[in-house]
Amino acid sequence: MKHIIVYIEPKDASSLKRTSYEALTAARSIAGDAQITAFAVQGNEQALSTAGQYGVHSVVLAKHELLSGYSSTATAEAIAQYAQSVSADTIILSGNASGKEIAPRLSVKLKSGLLPDCIALSHDGGLKATRPVYAGKAHITVEAISAHAIIALRPNVFTAKQEDSVSATISSFAPTLEAKHAGVKVTSIVKNEGRLDVAEADIIVSGGRGMKGPEHFPIIEQLASTLNAAVGASRAVVDAGWRPHGEQVGQTGKTVSPSLYVACGISGAVQHLAGMSSSKFILAINKDKDAPIFKVADYGIVGDVFEVLPVLDAKLKAMLHS
Amino acid sequence: MNILVCISQVPDTTAKIQVSGDGISIEKAGVKFILNPYDEFAIEEGLRLRERFGGTVTALTVGSETSKEILRTALAMGVDKAGIVKTDATLDSFNVSENIANYAKSIIPDIVIFGRQSIDFDSSGMAPMVAEMLDLPSISVVSSWSIENNAIIAERDIEGGKEVLSCTLPCVISAQKGLNDPRYPKLPDIMKAKSKPIEEIAPSHGASLVSLTSMALPSSKRVGMIVGDSEAEITSIVTALHEQAKVI
Repeated sequence: MKHIIVYIEPKDASSLKRTSYEALTAARSIAGDAQITAFAVQGNEQALSTAGQYGVHSVVLAKHELLSGYSSTATAEAIAQYAQSVSADTIILSGNASGKEIAPRLSVKLKSGLLPDCIALSHDGGLKATRPVYAGKAHITVEAISAHAIIALRPNVFTAKQEDSVSATISSFAPTLEAKHAGVKVTSIVKNEGRLDVAEADIIVSGGRGMKGPEHFPIIEQLASTLNAAVGASRAVVDAGWRPHGEQVGQTGKTVSPSLYVACGISGAVQHLAGMSSSKFILAINKDKDAPIFKVADYGIVGDVFEVLPVLDAKLKAMLHS
Repeated sequence: MNILVCISQVPDTTAKIQVSGDGISIEKAGVKFILNPYDEFAIEEGLRLRERFGGTVTALTVGSETSKEILRTALAMGVDKAGIVKTDATLDSFNVSENIANYAKSIIPDIVIFGRQSIDFDSSGMAPMVAEMLDLPSISVVSSWSIENNAIIAERDIEGGKEVLSCTLPCVISAQKGLNDPRYPKLPDIMKAKSKPIEEIAPSHGASLVSLTSMALPSSKRVGMIVGDSEAEITSIVTALHEQAKVI
């Protein structure tokens, strides 16, 4: 490994997305003597220069009119052209919604091995990545056997580590793009106002069939509000129409890795466990002490959710206010 | 409209996964294999396009003889043609994409539809890879869309919201759960599908770009503090979340 490119995205005028900081930190952890360059297609100077705080002091900003108004195709083409111009051999990016479109295209453009959804990287005697398969029921170790490797990281798994307060220097790059590279245009972006998304939240409070009906979800929402958490749901609950698809956690829903996952009235079907077992800590509340959810839980309360949750909420409030 | 739907066969979502003796694959004995759940939405979308615009829906898979089962399901649901790139070899996603792209080049579809990801290897890379190989635009994880005069407007979930995107045909999309309500095949159609022809396509085996070196069950290192529902016990959990896990 000689030169790593990390694709970074701005969050606002002064910072990058957390997933970009995670990617920068991951790159540092495997770089050894390799050079690292952060690469962006948008963002102002202040936001981009924060890459320096994560130990990457060189940022390249691609400038081209076809890069505004997002198109994963144009972004992928710009990254590929830059990678070739500096003979980079490794590209790291977050496997978020845009990364999941960019990384496979890079793999084809550079004829390079795609290592998606990585949850761990190691670099002794060649770069190896670990990732979950079968929705987390198994893990595999993979390596690229091509000249380049494209590494997409599962969001929220790698810890972003701030190293110093040095700003990065920013230089620009002019890719050669044609209309065919901008085949997809963003018409609009609608933010989920006031609602945290399970894919982004640091804490998730999920309800399952044990909640007995949509009318009881305010208890879940209350607990989520106390913890500043997102509301999640099991497949049974979504299939029954109690909650929207966007909240479904599991094999056919979203895969999440929050710091704390609170499972309320969820028995822990294998499909559900698959979507949340990479959470850092799991708290389960269920009246059945033999429920499979307790086998993966760090903390468990055996009891009726309707009795436990109000007490838990009050105790948490007291703790957070003290 | 010439519609290509790409589908895959995966272990049932309830299957218990165990690593086989070779250390790089799963034990297949006792595992029920099904049509990838997201691919049902892809097939349904293809059928609805045909109902609206006319044309042909072709279902394609890459796999061994047993993968023909999911093509029978697709035929029973109503696709016109079914094809299998037949191989017993384990291909990486690049090789599978190459085989799909090669086939697509032979039928020149107006649209290629995938499920958002196959629930075995979960890479969700196939749709953009095939699109790149065919030099086409792609929109992944589509949760709702409309199509008028060859122009597509599609909505998809992104972190913290939704994104509305537009592109024109020909293109590649991948279907999210909730895009539609897939039809159940009727018994007579299931019977008829058994005797319909399935085209066998010879695979091309390019060099692999990724090597799978090991597979293992995840190790769970959990604290395992399970308590009852008394107020004191609930308080002990809250304290542990704060002091031990440090998550609140």
